[in-house]
Amino acid sequence: MDVSQYLEIFVEETREHLQSLNENLLILEKEPENKDTINEIFRAAHSLKGMAGTMGYKRMQNLTHNMENAFSEIRNEKMKVTSSLVDTLFQCLDALEAYLDNIVNTQDEGTDDNEPIVKALNDFLNGNTEQAEPAEETTAEPAQAEPAEKKESSGEGIFADIEFTEFERHAIEEAKKKGMNAYGVSVDVDPNCILKAARAFLVFKSLEEIGEIIKSVPSTQDIEDEKFDLNFKMFIVSESPIEKILAAVKNVSEIKDAVGENITLEAPETENKEEASTEVAEPVTTPATKDNTSKQETKPAAATQNKNSGKPVVNRSVRVDIEKLDVLMNLVSELIIAKNGLVASNAAELVQHSQGFNEQIEYLERVTTNLHESVMNVRMVPIETVVNRFPRMIRDLSKKLNKKMELYMTGEDTELDRTVIDEIGDPLMHLLRNSADHGLENSEDRIAAGKPEVGSIFLDAYQDGNNVVIEVRDDGAGINIEKIKNKAIEKGTITADQAEIMTDKEVIDLLFRPSFSTAEKITDVSGRGVGLDVVKSKIEALGGDVECHSVQGEGSTFTIRLPLTLAIIQALMVKIGKEQYAISLGSIQTVEDIPLTDVKFVQGKEVITLRGTVIPLIRLGELLDVPDVEQDVESLTVVIIKKGDRQAGLVVDALIGQMEIVIKSLGKYININKMISGATILGDGEVALIIDANAIV
Amino acid sequence: MENAVRVIGDSAAKQYIVVKIGSEQYGINIKYVDNIVRMQTITRVPKSQPYFVGVINLRGEIVPVMSLRRKFGIEDAEPTGATRIIILKPEPQATVGFIVDSVREVVTLEEDMVEKNNVNENAVDGQSYIGAVGKNGDELISLLNIHTVIQDKEQI
Repeated sequence: MDVSQYLEIFVEETREHLQSLNENLLILEKEPENKDTINEIFRAAHSLKGMAGTMGYKRMQNLTHNMENAFSEIRNEKMKVTSSLVDTLFQCLDALEAYLDNIVNTQDEGTDDNEPIVKALNDFLNGNTEQAEPAEETTAEPAQAEPAEKKESSGEGIFADIEFTEFERHAIEEAKKKGMNAYGVSVDVDPNCILKAARAFLVFKSLEEIGEIIKSVPSTQDIEDEKFDLNFKMFIVSESPIEKILAAVKNVSEIKDAVGENITLEAPETENKEEASTEVAEPVTTPATKDNTSKQETKPAAATQNKNSGKPVVNRSVRVDIEKLDVLMNLVSELIIAKNGLVASNAAELVQHSQGFNEQIEYLERVTTNLHESVMNVRMVPIETVVNRFPRMIRDLSKKLNKKMELYMTGEDTELDRTVIDEIGDPLMHLLRNSADHGLENSEDRIAAGKPEVGSIFLDAYQDGNNVVIEVRDDGAGINIEKIKNKAIEKGTITADQAEIMTDKEVIDLLFRPSFSTAEKITDVSGRGVGLDVVKSKIEALGGDVECHSVQGEGSTFTIRLPLTLAIIQALMVKIGKEQYAISLGSIQTVEDIPLTDVKFVQGKEVITLRGTVIPLIRLGELLDVPDVEQDVESLTVVIIKKGDRQAGLVVDALIGQMEIVIKSLGKYININKMISGATILGDGEVALIIDANAIV
Repeated sequence: MENAVRVIGDSAAKQYIVVKIGSEQYGINIKYVDNIVRMQTITRVPKSQPYFVGVINLRGEIVPVMSLRRKFGIEDAEPTGATRIIILKPEPQATVGFIVDSVREVVTLEEDMVEKNNVNENAVDGQSYIGAVGKNGDELISLLNIHTVIQDKEQI
């Protein structure tokens, strides 16, 4: 069976399921009795197993199968959730992830059977009770019989030749006691269907949302292996009426037909067996059955919503390759450049254009701006996709480091451009590990310092103007300034004299230098001195910056500031000498006209006082070595920029105006200063450089 | 550009674009050449390497442009009508432009007409930029080693 075309979907969905398993296991560890969580876990594990089976990944399937057994025991309250069990389950997830990585890289799951894990799992199972899920070993009788025409009146008998095991009977009785109904459903797959197993799997999946499947004929295993013809049967207990169940089945495409009936357990073997088994399975459609079902199909498919199941609402979404979005984004960029050209030539044209023409140009501007925003929105991904693996990581770290800690996250729904999301994971992980290892103290030290024994790490994300800010905060010991100074002197990074006059901030900045680690001992978590400098360079590569603030004894905060968008920004165009530069509007606070007489000097540097705050002046012309800067002016045009709580005034010669610009890279070979974050093409085809205000402040 | 390298006869022949910088002739392997454009407005990039004149807009792409004169330590010259920017693609995703005084011709040099440059004693003077010397009739052409010209980390 060629399943390669489904590989992508498989990988995506497996990732999702693994993530959901990770999250729910964490919850489960804290609330072992949480039924919803157990059910959610069970569903995810089962889906994983089915998907792996369909794709032919036997080892993966085997492992998930064993996990499913464990979950089933937990669900049936035959097994207690212990920390060591959760550990083993996490190991399973890691192993599954390893399989998945192998599949992504080589399309093959690899050869690791992960026997130790499977064995560990089975030890847990055996230590408690015998294998669950007896459905597997029951009569896997090849029930290929098509529902015969004559049965349409009663419908009964289709399921008569199926035997139930003790366990299944018990389950059905239990369900009935709870007021649920047991149904038998016979499903016919369209003869033209290529991926029968996949369809069957979808049927199972949709039924599991509304009820519980007790048994299927052939067995789930055989169905997943596609060892069935065109028909399979299953038994389900559910609160929903039969119509709803049938509707759910028929919702799956390429399912030709589904018939169902209420089943009772009276005299199980004595029901008229009819000649079901003598009926030769005919792959050809039988019109009579069609009629039978069409009656049922008229029932409202969207029956009453089932109130149980905290299942997420199905998203109306499309998966799109990020490359396609990049292409779209590039086209939008081109469009904006073309539009800017049109605007520029319209302004330069001596001939007066008609009002209609100008209106159309304005309209075009509006449309391109909206288009750009929409495309940007499509590319925006909540940061959740990156941070949701951190609770698990912190749990592992907590065990590894033998420190008690708890991760609190807020603002997971903050959105960032996809390219940023892809890159931000590692730096954040570094910072969190850093907090866990260096930041937080041992339990004893914490108690001695009068702090709660369990350390807290906070990960907060929020939007601030045109930036997204991510803060990693801990309530640990904070950064020991003296220790860093000593270390730096020892390493020869600074001299003792320098250390004397350094501000705390400057000392903390030392941490971001390459190969600087203060940890006394190297652990496998951190301390190798590659960390903060990597974090810094990575974040700067994304156009952002990182800062650290620390109070000794109270903890440290690392603040990452990232631009919201990477490709197209609103900018203020300014003139310096004969050159044009763009300054991102996001970092501009105000623009002021300052008389030269208002400029004061503090420590030999020019400053201005603006509404009570002293702001340093930066002569952009000098900073950028611009020739022919205007001299002898009576007042300065100052663009006030701000980064965090710091401000600076950039002196420019003239303002040109606001423009939507497309950021382009300057290429690989030219070394550019941090002050220049890129270039853009103006309406007249000339190139203007973009000034990175963040690097200047 | 790979197909521009034609095999003539039985020995591998390479084509070079012959350019003039000052009084000397240099050859640039045609397989790296993406385009040759006329001189256009160049936007200065502050704080870059001194031999980089700036960046240009080449049909919507930003291309950094370096002056071979500055690179080779020759006096800058005012652009003339013959001045050209040779756009090179040394790597698939990276472009760079060389400003040259003029472009003369394209020559095909057989392998036996090219002599590898082993002189390395004067590398600081930029000798390493010349990968080989080719003989075209009775003229000598210094064949540029594109990668050392571009990648060169030294700050003049």
